[in-house]
Amino acid sequence: MQIDVIMNQKQLSLSVAADEFLADTLRRYGFLSIRKGCNTTCCGLCTVWIDDKPTLSCSVLSARLQGKRITTIEGVEQEATEFAKILASEGAEQCGFCSPGFIMTVLAMKRELVHPTEAEIIHYLTGNLCRCTGYLGQMRAVRTYLRGMHP
Amino acid sequence: MITMKSVGQGIPKMDALAIATGKPVYTQDLVMPNTLVVKVLHSPYAFAEIKAIDTRKAKKLSGVECILTYEDVPKVRFTVAGQSYPEPSPYDRLILDKVVRYVGDAVAIIAAVDEKTALRAMKLIKVDYEIFEPVLDFETAMGHASIVHREQDLYTNFDIGMEQAKNIIATHKVEVGNIEAELKKCTVIVEETYYTQAQAQGMMETYRSFNYLDHMGRLVVISSTQIPFHVRRTLARALQIPESKIRVIKPRIGGGFGGKQTLAVEFFTAIVTWKTGKPAQLVYDRTETFSCTSSRHAMRLKVRLGADQAGVIKVVDIEGLSDGGAYGEHSSTTFGAAGEKALILYNKTTAARFFGHAVYTNKMPGGALRGYGATQATFALESTLNKLAEKLHMDPTKIRLKNIINEGENYFTKPDVILGSSTLDRCIIKGKELIGWNEKYPRKDLESGKVRGLGMAVTVQGSGIAYIDTAAAEIHLNSEGSYTLMIGSTDMGTGSDTILAQFAAEVLETTVDKFIVYAADTDVSPYDPGSYASSTTYVTGMAVVRAAQDLKAKIIAKGAKLLEVLPEQIEFDGTVMKTLNSEKTLTLKKLAESILVGPGHEQLVGTGSYGSPVSPPPFIAGFAEVEVDKGTGKVDVVHYVAVVDCGTVVNPKLAKIQVEGGIVQGIGMALYEDVRYGPKGKLQTNSFMQYKIPCRKDIGSIDVVFEPSYEPTGPFGAKSIGEVVINTPPAAIAHAIYNAVGVTVTKLPITPEKIFMAMKH
Repeated sequence: MQIDVIMNQKQLSLSVAADEFLADTLRRYGFLSIRKGCNTTCCGLCTVWIDDKPTLSCSVLSARLQGKRITTIEGVEQEATEFAKILASEGAEQCGFCSPGFIMTVLAMKRELVHPTEAEIIHYLTGNLCRCTGYLGQMRAVRTYLRGMHP
Repeated sequence: MITMKSVGQGIPKMDALAIATGKPVYTQDLVMPNTLVVKVLHSPYAFAEIKAIDTRKAKKLSGVECILTYEDVPKVRFTVAGQSYPEPSPYDRLILDKVVRYVGDAVAIIAAVDEKTALRAMKLIKVDYEIFEPVLDFETAMGHASIVHREQDLYTNFDIGMEQAKNIIATHKVEVGNIEAELKKCTVIVEETYYTQAQAQGMMETYRSFNYLDHMGRLVVISSTQIPFHVRRTLARALQIPESKIRVIKPRIGGGFGGKQTLAVEFFTAIVTWKTGKPAQLVYDRTETFSCTSSRHAMRLKVRLGADQAGVIKVVDIEGLSDGGAYGEHSSTTFGAAGEKALILYNKTTAARFFGHAVYTNKMPGGALRGYGATQATFALESTLNKLAEKLHMDPTKIRLKNIINEGENYFTKPDVILGSSTLDRCIIKGKELIGWNEKYPRKDLESGKVRGLGMAVTVQGSGIAYIDTAAAEIHLNSEGSYTLMIGSTDMGTGSDTILAQFAAEVLETTVDKFIVYAADTDVSPYDPGSYASSTTYVTGMAVVRAAQDLKAKIIAKGAKLLEVLPEQIEFDGTVMKTLNSEKTLTLKKLAESILVGPGHEQLVGTGSYGSPVSPPPFIAGFAEVEVDKGTGKVDVVHYVAVVDCGTVVNPKLAKIQVEGGIVQGIGMALYEDVRYGPKGKLQTNSFMQYKIPCRKDIGSIDVVFEPSYEPTGPFGAKSIGEVVINTPPAAIAHAIYNAVGVTVTKLPITPEKIFMAMKH
């Protein structure tokens, strides 16, 4: 079937199978920043925004997204790069495989939470797993980013 | 101390922005259109023989390209362990075997135009199995009525002490001195048996491989692997084609932790492409990654320590048993490493021994995982030492300071090996101060009813494999005066590409941004055994230093020729060559341009190789502060201090993240990560729902501090860091829990149930 979405600020018509999940549709259309790391909706790697809300694209049927706004990291490149630089200055991207999903969640958090506490930040980001960094370097980067400081 | 410009700088990784912002740089991103999708039919039984397999219906399905069973693959056994040839792992595998030896073992390979078709075809394959009684408990494997490997063509490259009929993969024994006689002289003896569980690597990018035939009909394999050169050699054997017909390219890697030191999927796609001539890809999902690849070897380790009244350890005796699972890859070497690393640490002994076996069972095979045996041994040895300290009424930090090997001393089990560098004593003293040992040890009751306890452990690892692994490096001077560093190692997120460039930049007196680092492609990269055994910074690092020195000498020689002076009369500062009296100058850029034009010129290439006769150990002192809820047995690690001696810290930012990540993985192993099987051998922990890796909420504060030493055999004094960082948490946390609530849990992971039940009794 055909669905019309606003993909990274542009109108796009997607041809999708009825049982296809968004993560697979997006990869098929060349949005290769989308990665899948689990089969059970608990790793956060495939996070994109649907109508500006961070969402696991591996568990949303594409067919339900008629008229929705979908944003991947390719659509917020400048902002993502700004945070990625801070992350890299901490050495906290490591293998980088979880980074796009993580960055999408961080950028959404910055929009959503006003002056979050440490515990609120951790809570917001808990769904994004990372096996390399041990999270502490990511947290240092998030704090620097929220303070509006740059490396 | 010489001040260095690149080494020691916390610069970001060269590929940081590309990988962080989701650029298409990983294996699956490079798959070309019209690539076949490969799926593997996995065995539902732990131990069975295929009596009949009917693929006729499946093959008729439109879109199915090929279906392979044990009848369609070469009958030559090989090992999937990525080790230097001749591998110490037994050749006990076929791509597809008539006998399946664990739930998840491969039964058939299906290739189709898309995933849906491949899965539909898989359902149409009918298999008749004759089911055997599986060997599921590794403690009863030796001499079990079921023999996991009955085949006659199983092969070992050399004697590793295999006894196939008894399910023994390998036998290992190191003994110096007379254990029993020396124990009799000891005033205090402690003994305990420990169990370390299988742990999953849990890297975020699951196993995947993609390949095609090039214009010369050669097989090009793009794989998320730590070991491109071993993949090429092993695929050649498994497929029975010449190595020269295979090219392995390693793109960016989404984590490995040793898992990708094993060929998990490459031969499935390779055989499809070799048979069909068409590109093929396979992506293992998380369930397959958990249940059909490898995990850490579970071990049982019985430790006896003997000491005199003053607390000098006289005897270290460890008897081990390792669960190899269905295939023997990495079994003899992880087991050997456990012994080697345990016996390095305390060298005031008069007798020391490590012995035991690795055994076959009908479970997923053990494989490489960060720490590689040393993690298991550290838990057992350090826990016993904490027990010894208690029995002697000695402070655990003091008993260690009294017994650890110090710089300049020799190993007890290898008297001709001298420890070239160590600050472990300073690591212990510093860590003690940072955790507040004197104020908080051993416990503090909190008003909430919870108790806080402190515990500690120290550990070692190696840096590369002595006398075996040899790496090479090549540096090209490019026409604009920049460099291309060619290596065959794998940066799987550690930042090793950047660190190796830092070494080269230091020698060539330039900056890292002047380097293109290319790794790895077996067609063009110089040989490297791959990134494992904590070898990249140390072994490949030395090769890079040598290549850079070679190139620098060539640049100066060429510059001297162009300036018509002798090389000794030139100074090169990385940018400009000057004669000593500064009369004549030549820029590197000018030199680089000119040598690529006209007769008599040549491209300047520096080469270097390195294989080390020693494997210098990095050290860590780990200190845990835990909070135990007496009502439930729940443990929170509130604070962890790790003080590290990795020699020269090449890149403080990347090193720190390595330590933090390793400590967190160690906390997971200490408290909850557990590869668990059901009664019939089916993996129960086959997703992140059941197999819990630490999440953000599980981490307290972690302090990482470096106490640099200078390793004389290493590049700019550096040793390794990648693996050692995972070893201390299980023992340190177990010790802290004991100090908090007085219970000793000897079987990892230390779950709330185990603590609670122990407190009850």
